[in-house]
Amino acid sequence: MDYFLELFLGGLTRGSIYALIALGYTMVYGIIELINFAHGEIYMIGAFTALIVISVLTLMGMNTIAILVIAGVVAVIYSSAYGYTVEKIAYKPLRNAPRLSALISAIGMSLFLQNYVRLAQTPNFLSFPNLIPDFEFIKPYAHIIGSTEIVILITTAVVMVLLTILIKFTNTGKAMRATSQDKTMAMLVGINVNRIISITFVAGSATAAIGGVLIASHIGMINFYIGFMVGIKAFVAAVLGGIGSIPGAVLGGFILGWTESFATGYVSSDYEDVFAFLFLVLILIFRPAGILGRSGKHEI
Amino acid sequence: MIKLNEIKRAFLVSAWFIFLTFPIMVIRINPVEHIVEWRWKNMALVGIGSFFLSFVWNYLMKQKEPGFKKTETAEKTDTIPPLPPARRIQREKRIYIPALVAIGTLTIVFPFIFSMYQTNIMVSALIYIMLGLGLNIVVGLAGLLDLGYVAFYAVGAYAYALLNYHFGISFWMALPIGGVLGAVFGILLGFPVLRLRGDYLAIVTLGFGEIIHIILQNWNEFSFGPSGIANIPRPSLFGIDLSVHSSTIYIYYIMIGLCIVTIFVVNRLQNSRIGRAWVALREDELACQAMGIDKAKTKLTAFALGATLASMAGVVFAAKTTFVNPASFTIWESIIILCIVVMGGMGSIIGVIAGALVLILTPEYLRAFSEYRMLAFGTMLVVMMIFRPGGFIPDVRRIYKFEGVKSMDKS
Repeated sequence: MDYFLELFLGGLTRGSIYALIALGYTMVYGIIELINFAHGEIYMIGAFTALIVISVLTLMGMNTIAILVIAGVVAVIYSSAYGYTVEKIAYKPLRNAPRLSALISAIGMSLFLQNYVRLAQTPNFLSFPNLIPDFEFIKPYAHIIGSTEIVILITTAVVMVLLTILIKFTNTGKAMRATSQDKTMAMLVGINVNRIISITFVAGSATAAIGGVLIASHIGMINFYIGFMVGIKAFVAAVLGGIGSIPGAVLGGFILGWTESFATGYVSSDYEDVFAFLFLVLILIFRPAGILGRSGKHEI
Repeated sequence: MIKLNEIKRAFLVSAWFIFLTFPIMVIRINPVEHIVEWRWKNMALVGIGSFFLSFVWNYLMKQKEPGFKKTETAEKTDTIPPLPPARRIQREKRIYIPALVAIGTLTIVFPFIFSMYQTNIMVSALIYIMLGLGLNIVVGLAGLLDLGYVAFYAVGAYAYALLNYHFGISFWMALPIGGVLGAVFGILLGFPVLRLRGDYLAIVTLGFGEIIHIILQNWNEFSFGPSGIANIPRPSLFGIDLSVHSSTIYIYYIMIGLCIVTIFVVNRLQNSRIGRAWVALREDELACQAMGIDKAKTKLTAFALGATLASMAGVVFAAKTTFVNPASFTIWESIIILCIVVMGGMGSIIGVIAGALVLILTPEYLRAFSEYRMLAFGTMLVVMMIFRPGGFIPDVRRIYKFEGVKSMDKS
C-alpha cells in the first residue's frame, strides 16, 4: 500500500509539473492555434536562469529562503521576456502565413534556443541545489512524500487558481477569450489583439518558468536538453485534456503523470517515454478533441 | 536613408537583447571550482550584433510588406510572370546541356580526382540528397509535416544489419527488402494518422520516431541496445570482396545510381495523377476530396514512398559505416533533413539537391564552425520561413493559362 501511495503521489507531482507546462501550450494554442515548440525551451531557460542566480547569490552568502524567492522571481521575469521575444520574432510575422510555416519556424526557434544555451553555458549536466528545507511535520511520512513534492503541489494549485481568475474574471481574460474565438471580430470591438497575444505568451512562459524551477530542484540536474522531452509530454497532456481548455490541461497532466508513474513502478522504467506517445496516438484516434475539449468545429 | 527614430529603435532593441541574454551569455558558473565567470565581452558582442541586425531585420521586413516594389509587375498580371533564373537556365538548351554534361562528368570522375576522405563525405551528402528527396514527397508535395522521418532511415539500416547478422543476407538482397520494410512501416504509421493534419501530425510522427529510437535503445535482445551492431559487410561486386578504398568508390557509384533513379522517379511522379493529387491535398484537403481524390490512398502512398526511399538510404548508410547504433537516428537527424527540404525549396527537386549539398558539405569543410551548425540550422528555419517560405530555388507552380483571351483581344 505504501508503494502504491508513493507511486500515486509521485505521479501527482510529476503530473502537476506537466500541467504547469501544459497550461502554456494550451493557452497559446487556444489563441493562435500553433504548437509553440519553443515552450519547452522557455522552461529550460527558466531553470537555467534560476540556477545561475542561485549560484551567484550563494557565493555572495545570502540565506536560503531569500535566494529561493529571488531566483524564482528572476526566472519568471526572464522566461516571460524570452516568451515575449520569441513570439515577436518567430511567430508574429507569420500570423497570416500557412500553418506549416509557423510550425517549422517554431521548431527552428526551439533548436536555436537549445543550442544557444548549449554554446553559451555548457553541454554537460549541472547539479541544481535543493533549496526547499525539510519540513518537520512531514518526517513521519518521509518515505511516501518529500517536502519538495508538497511545495510543488501547493505551488501548482496556487498558480492554477490565479490563472483561472485571470482568464475568467478579469478584462484581460475576457479579451483573451474573445481573441481565441475570433481575432477579426475581437479587433473590431476594440481589443488590441497583438497585446493580448503577447500577454498570453508572457503568462504561459511565466508558468513554465515556475515549473522549470520546481522540477529542477526536484530532480536536481539540468542541462540544455531537458526542455524538449518535457515540452513534448506537456503537449501530450494538453491534447489529452482537450487543447485550449485550462482544466483539461491540468487533468491531462495528472493522467499522464499517474500513467508514467505506475507504468514505471509496476512494469518497466525503460519505456517510460513510450507511454506518453502511445497515449497521444490513442487519444487522437479515438477522441481527437481530448477529454474536456469541445469538438465539432471544422473550418473550411 | 536611415532615419533618427530607426536608430533609436535599434538602440532599444540592442538594450533589450543585452538584458535578455545577460544571465546566459555573460555569467557562467564553474561548478568544480565554485567560481563565477563574468564574460563582459559577450555582452558587447550581443549589443553591437543586435544593433546592426535590427536594421537588417527592418529592411527585410519592409521588403516583405505587400506593395513594395510590386507596382511594376502589378500592371502586367495577364502575362506569364518571368521565370526565376534557375528555371530559365533549364529552358535554355545552350546552357542547360553543357552544364548537365559537365556535372555528369564531374560526378563520374569525382572519386578518382579527390581523396577517399572527400569521396566519403560526398557519399554522405548523396545519402542526404536521397533522404531529402524522400521527405520532399511527404512534406513538400503532400504537405504532411513528418518529424519522425529518421525512423524509416533507421528501419533500413537495422534491416540490413540484422538480416546480415542472423541470416547472412548480402547488400543487394537487403536493399529491396529494406525498401519493402520501409514501405510497410510507412503505411503502419500512415494508418493511425490519416485523420490528422498539421500540428497533430507533426507531434505524432515525432512520437513515432522517438518510439522507434527508444525501442532500438532498450530492446537488447533484438537490436543489441546502445552498443549497436558492428562488422556489417560492405557491398561486394559480383561476389568479390573489395578493399576499403575501392569499396568506398563502389558505394559512391551505388549512391549516384540510387540518386539518379530517385530523381527520375520523383520527377515523373510529380506530374502524374498521384503527384497532382498530393499537391491538391497540400493546398486544400476538402476541395481535394470534393474533386474525387481518395484522401487515404493518396496520403498512404506519400508516406510509403517517402519511407521506402529513406529505408533504402538507410541500407546504404549501414553498408557505408559498417556499424549502426541508435545514436545515429535521433530526432535531430529528422530536423536536419527537414532543413534541407525547407532551405532548398519545398517541392523542388533541384532545390533539395542543392540544399543537401550545401547543408551537409559546408559543416564538413568548415570544421571550426561545426559547433555552431545546429544553431545556424535553427536560425535558418525561422528566417527562411519568414522571408523566403518557398526556399532558395522554389518550386514552379503549374499555372493554367487560358490562351483564348489574348487572341480575342487582338482580333
